[in-house]
Amino acid sequence: MRNAPRTALSLGAGAVAAALILSGCTPGGGDEGGDNGPITEEQREEALNTPTELTFWTWVPDIENEVALFEEKYPEIDVTVENVGQGLPHYQKLRSAIEAGEGAPDVAQIEYQYIPSFVLSESLLDLTPYGAEDLSGDYVDWAWNQVAPDEAIWAIPQDVGPMGNLYREDILAQAGITEPPATWEEYATAARAVKDATGSYISNLGATQAGQMIGFFWQRGVKPFGYDGEETVSIEVNSDEAKEVATYWTELIQQDLVSTDVDFNDQWYQGLANGKYAGWLTAAWGPVFLQGTAEGTSGLWRAAPLPQWAEGEQVAGNWGGSSDAVLASSENPIAAYELAKFINHDEESAMMLATEQFLYPPQLSVLEDTAFIDQESEFYGGQQVNKLFADISETVDTDFQWLPFMDYVYSTYEETMGTVIADKGDIAAALDEWQDQLVSYAEDQGFTVE
Amino acid sequence: MSHSPALTVERPSAAPPPMRHGSSTKRKQNIAAYLFVLPFFVVFVAMLVVPLVYSGYLSLFESKLIGGDAFAGLANYVRALQDSAFLASIGRMGLFFVIQVPIMLGLALFLALALDTGRARGSKGVRLLVFMPYAVPAVVATLMWGYLYGPDFGPIAQVARAVGFGTPDFLSPVNILGSMMNIVTWEFVGYNMIIMYAALRSIPGELYEAAEIDGAGQFRIAWSVKIPAIRPAILLTVIFSIIGTFQLFAEPSLLNAIAPDAITNSFTPNYYAYNLAFINQELNYAAAIAFLLGLFIAIVSYIVQLSSQRRERRERSAS
Repeated sequence: MRNAPRTALSLGAGAVAAALILSGCTPGGGDEGGDNGPITEEQREEALNTPTELTFWTWVPDIENEVALFEEKYPEIDVTVENVGQGLPHYQKLRSAIEAGEGAPDVAQIEYQYIPSFVLSESLLDLTPYGAEDLSGDYVDWAWNQVAPDEAIWAIPQDVGPMGNLYREDILAQAGITEPPATWEEYATAARAVKDATGSYISNLGATQAGQMIGFFWQRGVKPFGYDGEETVSIEVNSDEAKEVATYWTELIQQDLVSTDVDFNDQWYQGLANGKYAGWLTAAWGPVFLQGTAEGTSGLWRAAPLPQWAEGEQVAGNWGGSSDAVLASSENPIAAYELAKFINHDEESAMMLATEQFLYPPQLSVLEDTAFIDQESEFYGGQQVNKLFADISETVDTDFQWLPFMDYVYSTYEETMGTVIADKGDIAAALDEWQDQLVSYAEDQGFTVE
Repeated sequence: MSHSPALTVERPSAAPPPMRHGSSTKRKQNIAAYLFVLPFFVVFVAMLVVPLVYSGYLSLFESKLIGGDAFAGLANYVRALQDSAFLASIGRMGLFFVIQVPIMLGLALFLALALDTGRARGSKGVRLLVFMPYAVPAVVATLMWGYLYGPDFGPIAQVARAVGFGTPDFLSPVNILGSMMNIVTWEFVGYNMIIMYAALRSIPGELYEAAEIDGAGQFRIAWSVKIPAIRPAILLTVIFSIIGTFQLFAEPSLLNAIAPDAITNSFTPNYYAYNLAFINQELNYAAAIAFLLGLFIAIVSYIVQLSSQRRERRERSAS
């Protein structure tokens, strides 16, 4: 819903030719840069007390409530919230506006994996001179590294998706499994038991869901992507570790222990609701999402960390999550920065995002707030799900990176991996194909591939 | 109906006046004519010619994420002609055209002829019903069929399961093209039928009388009088179908949401151009693909038209 589904995003409208033409080809851009030193307190005061209009593009529902808090605090600033689409359509419009040189917002929601593509086009404002450095200690490390991969700080973290395992306790119990599988090996054994005893799949691997697979890679310590912020990328989606993950899933799929239905569509919702899948390996935004999807199974679900590759370890990956960035073209960068910061940093606003919009927070103050982590969830039999994911969040590998062309990465994933997964083929072999396509695209685009 | 006499009376005065009015009137009228055409022309140039030229211009460049734009000559076109994904999408649409269009136009022709005999009861209602899908936007139609095709809750699958046929997988990579043909047929049968039906209505009644006197039955009349008489209308529907087929976009792009494993990025040429532009960010290459596609459609349409004209000429000289 909020973060992850890449699948449902491609409902692009027609207008190919028109848009082709309108978007032109000159890279637009602001080039303020941060060479004029840090912003002084007077400048900040002045900017916040001058009547200013800001535009904020985001698809977070009801974010007007958080924005209202901001406007209340800074009455001179008037923020217009616009939802131009979720995910891909949002980025396409953002890029078109940036290239056109006008119409771009001051602040925009950007998922972590898309930050590099906007860094590449020099569309984002480095927030360091505005004082963002001071916030670095307020977020979980790995989330901060996502917005500040090198010296610059490109955005303020909004929400994250550390991964865990949601499962149907009742179905697993029928198969004689009383503890959630702690290792992937146990998970495979459990999958067999569940299938034999109940006919359910222990979980579903969305055939075209790159986000989930990349999350598994992240957990395994695979570093498939790298970008130096300039012209060099590193691509290694077919490393030995990645192949280990791929082979693991290939085996489960070929034994018909895990289904490969496309996720985030009606079929799949129904599968979660009717016990076709006895679990869902998902992210921290999953628990609330599932509540809405499988209402009838309330009380039967439990949450646990992901199974581990090595016994006794505690490592997780991440799937999804967003940040708010200030565009380099903004004419009111100080106010824009304050907005991005306020929404995701102000105690009240951040708490609201976590408890009303159910965005899983990256901010330590919220993750430590008992009002948040001690919440008990009926749906999960009274379990403190937020607390569990807060602990998981601590175990996410801190230096995972992305490529500056993730649109292409995801779309080739569908082409190369998606078809193989759907056909129950050899996923490890598909990784090689995916790797080749990514490398050749990167080289065609003029990157140096390491 | 009461208007028509007035119209026929007025018409002569609206016709071009005889030459003796002098050249100044003529010039004035010429200016008036240009003025009337002007608004259209402005829009035409601004919205069609300029963008077309601009995208032609774009297609001659190469834009890289690193290094920016550079003149590339015809490199994009050379690449397109060697691009197996593009060629495969054209081939796929060729197959689509060869199978789907005859079925659709055959159905449309059959319905138009049936309605035209005037024997079918409630023909007005039928006409409306058949035409209705055309009024449904392609997006809605595809979403609707996407639901009908659904393997779990789709009514077709449920009925098939109830009867014991198992679950038909309309959305699998193998079947998706056929499923799409079905959607497009459903959408456009009515539209083509209306074109043919309108043409049928304009055939003068004397021809039928003459044929009946010669002893021709309904089928003979349909085959030897009606179909030849509406050949231009049929040709028109064929050409529309060529264009429509090669430009398919909404259907694959929406079905991609429910069957992403079956619809590749290059399923149809148009969809490929879209993905190139907005996913791969290869605008220039996409422009070249779009241009080639346009050219291809123009050539195919021309060939179809030419061959039909030739046949007509041959038949005329034979008779």
